[in-house]
Amino acid sequence: MSLEIAIRHDLGDFQVNASFGVNEPGITALFGPSGAGKSTIIAAMAGLITPDRGHVRIDGETLFDSADGTNIAAERRQIGYVFQESRLFPHMDVRRNLTFGARRASGRSAAIAFEPLVELLGIGHLLQRKPVNLSGGERQRVALGRAVLAAPRLLLLDEPLAALDQARRQEIMSMLEQLRDVARIPMVYVSHALDEVTRLADHMVVLDHGTVAASDTVYAITSRIDLFPLTGRFEAGSVLPGQIVEHDVKHHLSAVEISGGRLWVPRIDRPEGAQVRIRVRARDVMLATAPPADISANNIVAGTISAVRRDDGAYLDVRVACGSDHLIARITHRSLARLGLSEGQPVHAVIKSVTVERDGGRGSGHTQASIQRRVPK
Amino acid sequence: MTDAEIEALLLSLRIALVAVTGALPFAVAIAWLLARTRFPGRVLLDGLVHLPLVLPPVVMGYLLLVSLGTNAPVGGWLLETFGIRFVFSWTGAALAAAIISFPFQVRAIRLAMEAIDPGLDAAARTLGAGPLDRFFSITLPLALPGIIAGAITAFAASLGEFGAIITFVSNIPGETRTLPLAIYTAIQSPGGEAAAARLAGLAIALALAGLILSEAAARRVRSLSGS
Repeated sequence: MSLEIAIRHDLGDFQVNASFGVNEPGITALFGPSGAGKSTIIAAMAGLITPDRGHVRIDGETLFDSADGTNIAAERRQIGYVFQESRLFPHMDVRRNLTFGARRASGRSAAIAFEPLVELLGIGHLLQRKPVNLSGGERQRVALGRAVLAAPRLLLLDEPLAALDQARRQEIMSMLEQLRDVARIPMVYVSHALDEVTRLADHMVVLDHGTVAASDTVYAITSRIDLFPLTGRFEAGSVLPGQIVEHDVKHHLSAVEISGGRLWVPRIDRPEGAQVRIRVRARDVMLATAPPADISANNIVAGTISAVRRDDGAYLDVRVACGSDHLIARITHRSLARLGLSEGQPVHAVIKSVTVERDGGRGSGHTQASIQRRVPK
Repeated sequence: MTDAEIEALLLSLRIALVAVTGALPFAVAIAWLLARTRFPGRVLLDGLVHLPLVLPPVVMGYLLLVSLGTNAPVGGWLLETFGIRFVFSWTGAALAAAIISFPFQVRAIRLAMEAIDPGLDAAARTLGAGPLDRFFSITLPLALPGIIAGAITAFAASLGEFGAIITFVSNIPGETRTLPLAIYTAIQSPGGEAAAARLAGLAIALALAGLILSEAAARRVRSLSGS
């Protein structure tokens, strides 16, 4: 799947002027704080608003171009949309909501059939219910199913989990992963929650005040400390691809090989050789100039300081190159001075905590696969 | 009850039914225009629709008479071309009732349409539904409670219409003498007090039945539409 987006849109007190391109399938995240222009951009992609200027191209097909007046109606763009507030049709039961788009897909069949999708989303027992009798999580699952069954070539998700509690968010994120892998539907995922983005996305477009601050892979974006003000200091950290190489059954640990070394993490229920994605928050990384002994932390990785981002206040961010990837450490100005740290200096990164995000590191199946549409246009 | 009284009752029901069902499609279309679109002249249309509400019904009847009378241009043309004659006919009474009760229909439907989340329309678009499709699959069913409420109010208003009907199509027994006109006639005739009382009682019973029916219909539709 390829996306070429350029949008200029004046919203009165706020201007969106964003352009980016994506050339890989999987999930692309539009990430940024509220009011960064994320929703405006996907509404323009879907054709729900007409931007003042710009173009929207998907797989080379122009859906909108202000230069030649092309503007395909939203109902003919074949772009699915999952709204934050689900927008189920209140007068139809769940089954009719689900099949609304499918009945209008004029012969195109969805990437996943009704029965398996209903099972994947766990909504089989809700089919006869009206939306008013569904919980928030159930509503979003039905909305997701409804969009997928309309056989879209691209699925846009506008903060679909924003209104849900943590348990429901985890549940639906895992369903989105399955949809990505099973149905292979390319998605554009709008969110201001970094944990959602680093878990789900392959490509990341960072938006700030209506413009694109960065557009790259999740690994590249999260290792850039200059973007930390945008990616959120507390949650910020780098995302790295890894592979499970060993299980320590006795201690309930698994070893994950990253390019700069080996990390021991709580047991992952995946076979050896499996690709995983791990996230290391900057505040969970300490730096030492000599390899520390007599320390409870299991994970110490050697690397070289590649950048330091000074900041007002007590803390600063240090980027450490470990193999072909990067770790970020958030340390105090005092520590930097005390240890005499500077760019180019070898250090040891002591990692207190690692989050294993999901299957599929760099070069995993879903990023290589091309999206095959069943019916040629 | 006398045959004439039953005749007045049935005539009233027929006129009100034809008035409401005939005006309904126009009311839905105009309510949709007013609720969901912006166009030049919208305010004028809004005013025009509400005119019968503020105009004395007699004036409405007079306007109908001078435009649709057999000697008037439009009325003459209708008679010559289609053989349609409104004056002194029950169809004229239905037309007058339809126009008088039109604002009730438009108002109720419009309010119902304005209460529909426009986001549902956007959602339907992304699911491949075109404008007409969306109107019939989303807007119309969701506006149904308003349509029913409007139809029942308009039906009641049509049953009660007096001024416009008597001015436009006169008071002809069996043709244009509806319940209100029959009551009026009874009061005017010596010894008609008993007939007037019977007819008034009938009108009250009819109104109550309408109210109960409307409440039941609204409840049924609410449960169907899941809101």
